[in-house]
Amino acid sequence: MNKLNSDMTRPRGPVVIDIENITKDYVMGEEIVRALRGVSLQIHHNEYIAIMGPSGSGKSTLMNMFGCLDTPTSGRYEFNGKNVAAMDDDELAAIRNREIGFVFQTFNLLPRSTSLRNVELPLIYAGMDPEAREERATQALVDVGLGDRIHHKPNELSGGQRQRVAIARALVNNPSIILADEPTGNLDSKTGEEIMGLLEDLYSRGNTIILVTHERDIAVHARRTVHLRDGLIERDEVGFVPKVESLAMR
Amino acid sequence: MKRFLCELSESWKIAVAQMRSNMTRSTLTALGVIIGIVAVTLMGTAIGGIQVGFDKSMAIFGDDVLYVGQWPWKNVDDWWNYRDRKKIKTEYAEELNRTIAMTPNSDLTIAIPTSSVYRSVKYTDSEVNNVLIRGTVSDYIITSTFDFKEGRFFNELESRDGTNVCVIGYDVADALFPSASPINKVVLINGQPFKVIGVISRQGSFLGLFSLDSIVVMPLPAFQKYFTAKSEAEILVKVKDKTKLDDAKDELTGLMRRVRGLSPEKRDDFSINEQQALKSTLDPIKNSIAIAGLFITGLSLFVGAIGIMNITFVSVKERTKEIGTRKALGARRRTVLLQFLIESTALCLLGGFIGLTVAYLMCFGIGKAFPSFPIHFSFELVLASIIVSVLTGLFSGFAPAWTASRLDPVTALRYE
Repeated sequence: MNKLNSDMTRPRGPVVIDIENITKDYVMGEEIVRALRGVSLQIHHNEYIAIMGPSGSGKSTLMNMFGCLDTPTSGRYEFNGKNVAAMDDDELAAIRNREIGFVFQTFNLLPRSTSLRNVELPLIYAGMDPEAREERATQALVDVGLGDRIHHKPNELSGGQRQRVAIARALVNNPSIILADEPTGNLDSKTGEEIMGLLEDLYSRGNTIILVTHERDIAVHARRTVHLRDGLIERDEVGFVPKVESLAMR
Repeated sequence: MKRFLCELSESWKIAVAQMRSNMTRSTLTALGVIIGIVAVTLMGTAIGGIQVGFDKSMAIFGDDVLYVGQWPWKNVDDWWNYRDRKKIKTEYAEELNRTIAMTPNSDLTIAIPTSSVYRSVKYTDSEVNNVLIRGTVSDYIITSTFDFKEGRFFNELESRDGTNVCVIGYDVADALFPSASPINKVVLINGQPFKVIGVISRQGSFLGLFSLDSIVVMPLPAFQKYFTAKSEAEILVKVKDKTKLDDAKDELTGLMRRVRGLSPEKRDDFSINEQQALKSTLDPIKNSIAIAGLFITGLSLFVGAIGIMNITFVSVKERTKEIGTRKALGARRRTVLLQFLIESTALCLLGGFIGLTVAYLMCFGIGKAFPSFPIHFSFELVLASIIVSVLTGLFSGFAPAWTASRLDPVTALRYE
């Protein structure tokens, strides 16, 4: 069956991210850099969306907004119906902890901690009991295929395995969205495809995935692609051209 | 609350892991705190030792004895007013005792006359100079706190008759009779022969200033026969109940005024002294020594604290990206603040424990080598050192931890 068709017919879930006309200005010395100049976007539950654009297009800034790492200068941002723009640091931290799973280009694992400890981290910040925490974290590692690597430290793992640990960490709190920023940027193409296969898998299990990338090859995995340029949305394409390899990955 | 404890234990684990992975750095940094804690702890033991010695010296006077003398036991600015006071006479004791016996419910028990002078004591070729010669009555033993090394105190009969017998202090016995027992030997004081009937066991020194063992005690009539010139009398009065010391003091003041025949408008021309008053005179001196000592040694701890502060700043800088990641994963400001505070505190605690151990060993060594040196290693001191270590950690970690907690997650994540 053609995946495109199945996606088209799939009913849209509730809105997770709703931004309207947001702007973001940075002061760089004397100059004011207008990174976002009025972006409006809705992301629904169980969407797989790629944010594309060249460097300086504002995609990193937009990703920081989605990730609640930063708040907009103006405009409306609602996350699951909650007004993010008005939140203070601790409320943003709570949202990041419960609602967002980050996957970074450089993995950002704690170097001296085992895979298990790394995956446990969001649960620690959520205040979960040690026993329940360990169980959940172990399960998350098993889910990404690292059941036999839970006591390894990052320097004992390959790049792909490290990114899997990072994905397990992103998943472990059952977040509303998974925010992947160039998740394959530091991996060779074969390992990269494996990681994309894993994200595809997560998507098919009902997760919402936001992919930030400048590589078309990576962006094609998403079902919807938003092109940014100079702080504005240039194109918002809904569509999917399946690649043979990515299907084979399944 | 539970969440806070959870964060606390996690931060603690991270801190320990962090110290382990930077062993050399942690040890070097902790060294500053170690030196500081050793200095402060040793100072503390010395102060403790002084306190113990002080209390011991004070105990010599007994807390249930009042001392009637010409001078008060404190510094006086108008010394000329005291100089011209009439001398205290040993006979007052008899008058006081008569009145006490006639007063029902008196707060006083007994008055003991004493008279003292400094003389040298000789035995064959040996001589000890500047020995406190004290004449008193057999009841003197009631007001005293000393024990006998050998022999006995003089009895009532010897006391009344003024027999030429004497009891000598430890130092006198040690100097004159290094190998033999002094009992029944005859010593010469001012050329007069006195038979030794007892040796007082070692008393130590008063605040390390003068020895309490350089003393000879003899019956008052014998004393008066040979040593009246330049002698100074003091009446010791034992009270019934030491909790009612003030009442007893008032009663004694009344009695003494009567003995002296003072009309009501005249001021007291005698002083009633007690251990407590002496203590309150000497306490400020002792305390200022302690404060000065702790301040100076505290400076070395402060230098150690600055070392910790520095290394925590470095640690925050190095781990900027990690802080960004933690914030992205949901660490709140408080969590980050707590983590770095705990790291600096753990480092200080490590230094504190090592410092305490070193200080303890040093105290042990000093105690073995110089038994008379006043050191006192107490549980309170250990507790205080640990608390000081923790406070040092919190103090030195606060600024860097605050910086870390305020980091903007976006900037921190981008930091390379």
